[in-house]
Amino acid sequence: MVEETPWQQALRYANRANPYPFYEELRKTPVARQPDGTYVVSTYREIVTLLHDPRVSSDPRKCPAPAAAQAEGAVEAEAEPISEAVVSLEPNIITQDPPEHDRDRRMMTPHFVGPPRSPHLISDLEPEIRRIVAGLLDDMRGKTRIDAVDDFAYPLPVTVICKVLGVPLEDESRFHRWIETALDALDFGPEAASEEMQNRLAGGRRAVAEFGQFAADLLDRYARQPGPGMLSAMVNEDGPEGHMSKGVLASNALLLIFAGHETTVNLIAHSVLTLLRHPDALEKLRRRPELIVPGVEELLRFESSVQFWHTRSAVEDIDIAGTTIPKGAPIFLAYGSANRDPERFTDPDELDLERRDNQHLGFSQGIHFCFGAPLARLEVQIAVGEFVRRVRNPRLVEDPPPYRHNQIFRGPRHVLVDIDGIRD
Amino acid sequence: MTLRATVAELVHEFRANGRIVIVGASLAGLRAAEALREEGFTGSLTIIGDEPYEPYDRPPLSKQVLKGWVPADHTKLPRMREVDAQWRLGVAAIGLDRVTKRVRLADGEQVPYDRLLIATGTRARQWPNPTEAALQGVHTIRSRDDAAQLQKALAEPPSRVLVIGAGFIGSEVASVCRELGLPVTVVERGSAPLVGALGGVIGEIAARMQRDHGVDLRCGLGVSSLEGDSGGHVRRVHLSDGTAVDADVVVASLGSIRNVEWLEGAGLAAGFWGVGCDAGGRAFDINGVVTDSIYVAGDVARAPHVLYEYQFLAMEHWDNAVFGAEVAAHNMVNLEPHYRPHLLLPGFWSGQFGVNIKSVGVPPFGDQIVFTQGSIEECRFAAAYGHRGRIVAAVAFDHGKWLEYYGKLIEHSGPFPPPPVGWDQPADTKPMPAEFPDPRVPTAIPDVVLTGHDPSERTAEFRPRRH
Repeated sequence: MVEETPWQQALRYANRANPYPFYEELRKTPVARQPDGTYVVSTYREIVTLLHDPRVSSDPRKCPAPAAAQAEGAVEAEAEPISEAVVSLEPNIITQDPPEHDRDRRMMTPHFVGPPRSPHLISDLEPEIRRIVAGLLDDMRGKTRIDAVDDFAYPLPVTVICKVLGVPLEDESRFHRWIETALDALDFGPEAASEEMQNRLAGGRRAVAEFGQFAADLLDRYARQPGPGMLSAMVNEDGPEGHMSKGVLASNALLLIFAGHETTVNLIAHSVLTLLRHPDALEKLRRRPELIVPGVEELLRFESSVQFWHTRSAVEDIDIAGTTIPKGAPIFLAYGSANRDPERFTDPDELDLERRDNQHLGFSQGIHFCFGAPLARLEVQIAVGEFVRRVRNPRLVEDPPPYRHNQIFRGPRHVLVDIDGIRD
Repeated sequence: MTLRATVAELVHEFRANGRIVIVGASLAGLRAAEALREEGFTGSLTIIGDEPYEPYDRPPLSKQVLKGWVPADHTKLPRMREVDAQWRLGVAAIGLDRVTKRVRLADGEQVPYDRLLIATGTRARQWPNPTEAALQGVHTIRSRDDAAQLQKALAEPPSRVLVIGAGFIGSEVASVCRELGLPVTVVERGSAPLVGALGGVIGEIAARMQRDHGVDLRCGLGVSSLEGDSGGHVRRVHLSDGTAVDADVVVASLGSIRNVEWLEGAGLAAGFWGVGCDAGGRAFDINGVVTDSIYVAGDVARAPHVLYEYQFLAMEHWDNAVFGAEVAAHNMVNLEPHYRPHLLLPGFWSGQFGVNIKSVGVPPFGDQIVFTQGSIEECRFAAAYGHRGRIVAAVAFDHGKWLEYYGKLIEHSGPFPPPPVGWDQPADTKPMPAEFPDPRVPTAIPDVVLTGHDPSERTAEFRPRRH
């Protein structure tokens, strides 16, 4: 058997709870060619360089299947991944290059972060977010054991994103199932070829298709009868640059519904987990609640919600870090590794809520910088801040907790916590 | 005691009990003060500023403040940390005695220093005819008070605004006027707006932007006089082609003058070009010898830049004030070998006519330009400037996020034209002349002469130029 690369090992489910030792090994070769022809970039400097390099495309349609890999007789029979199903949808802003990317993002922005149209859109959500968080914590009264994922991390972002977008909350259980199914079917590692993953793949593709149909139906409904939220506004209001085609809009809707909560759920869950693993930091945050603002940035650096991104490729030969990424090669940017790069962050494996110059890649950089970042920051600051303030004596029940299968959107499935009660 | 130990003790003693004076209480002065405390300097710190206000941010003055979004007094700079300084605000420094190491203030006080930071910046060049400049309705814009007054005048509203000079400030003022729905005429002596900073090719695009937004732009013309009414208010502007424009607000945006007059006689390499210093912020004396106790930062500083053939560059940009101040502060409380250089890649930004303009490097250093990304037609693009086959600068219109890439190319002396991008290529990707105007003939520079015969006595001296 061929020895696995550090990257392949990092992707193994058994290492989901702690991929960091493999990342450390991986960083010894900042730009590492994998047996399938993919180039994995794991160091901070190189990732930032490529994020700003206009010879890198984010559009998977421009990336030929790793033919080079096949020609060289790569070890893996390349299973058509679930991402293919996503690609078969119309493009969305995360899989587009300029000028289409810029135009579409420009059309979406005023409906979300607002200026100049509605500059207070996000900050106006604060009372609602506080109310939801307070309700979730109130519901823990009388319990001695909670699940920080199901009881806390999940309900907040999904409620908020549904409100922002105008997705009926009663549909939540349906799209939640589709998302779970699709996420569980996506695998970039050596286990992708396993029989189980192959079986999941079919289900995953079906789920993406159904989810896409759901988004399209919703948009149709808003086209007939305008309603609240961003999606209806985007269907019905023409900006100076017109409006998106229905297919592109549906694809972006899918992206927003998905990205609008999955990543935030994982960040909240990881934040609780990380703080319970670092009692000093937890205590510091309890004493100095204002540290939640830099604290969330550090938590995002420490356990990044998007561990890597997989749709980029080289449009030209790119010389970097002593190697050449050949034209057409897929490029994976390993944010989770870059955020622990000792060349960039002093003592990267230490949690420091007051870390200075913390320009982490948790939201990426460049033109694809996280669209939802301002909302995510607000939600997580309030949720984690209130958790720390109100939950009495939280203790981790199992460490490490069980993890979800997905490698990109890495997060615990459950975080069981024993508690002594809830403060007012 | 070894020499090294003595030096270490000296540094320690200075950090504990030294006296540092900063002249200039704007961005560079404030950031230097903060950096000094951050470096562990606990001695006495005095900050002298001619304006009565705490340090404030200038970029919004010609944009958000003029438009009326942000009141002029809401521009105070955020503080990064406590500075524990004696603030002498509203009192200008009027002299420097390097022998007794004292700064003379306008109120007669003398402030002693062990180390001095010069961060006096620049001021707006006034309309040269003092009588006309004194007419009501004639404005310049550099300070908070300037912006407040001009904002008030624009809110009246005037029947027409006339802007003299289409550099960045003039263009931003014109943009605000159009956003406010005011008729505006811009008179520019050069061939197009922004030509000095970005060259004629970009200037043409800027001109089109102005005209598309309803600016009455007149290039290749000068203003010959301003005419007031009997009440002393400006009413009409006479142009060099013999025509006249009726306007009741005139904004003179004629560039800046460095605040160096207070250094006259101090024997520093200070003049209309600024105060010369090394890349560590240490001022040169008039002979070109580096001083040990006087430092310079911000708009008034002029230092050799390694990327630009070691030419002396003054970088009147926000970043330069911040980072130059930090380097100067570091070097003020350290000795060799702990000096740090200020090796900033210059950069600036502007907002006008709905477009974000950003630049890195030194565009006028280039003689060629090539469009690399986006669409000129749609006013969203990136372009690179080249000099002798290497990239020396880049400019972006609504493409600021890509400048980091070009910045890296410039820092690594990358090739010009740069490698083609993978998507969104402009229609024409051939390099062309960047069309910078010939360097202006310097005026009003005093002669520098050498005196003394014996090599050990030779020294330089300024002689005012006779007209």
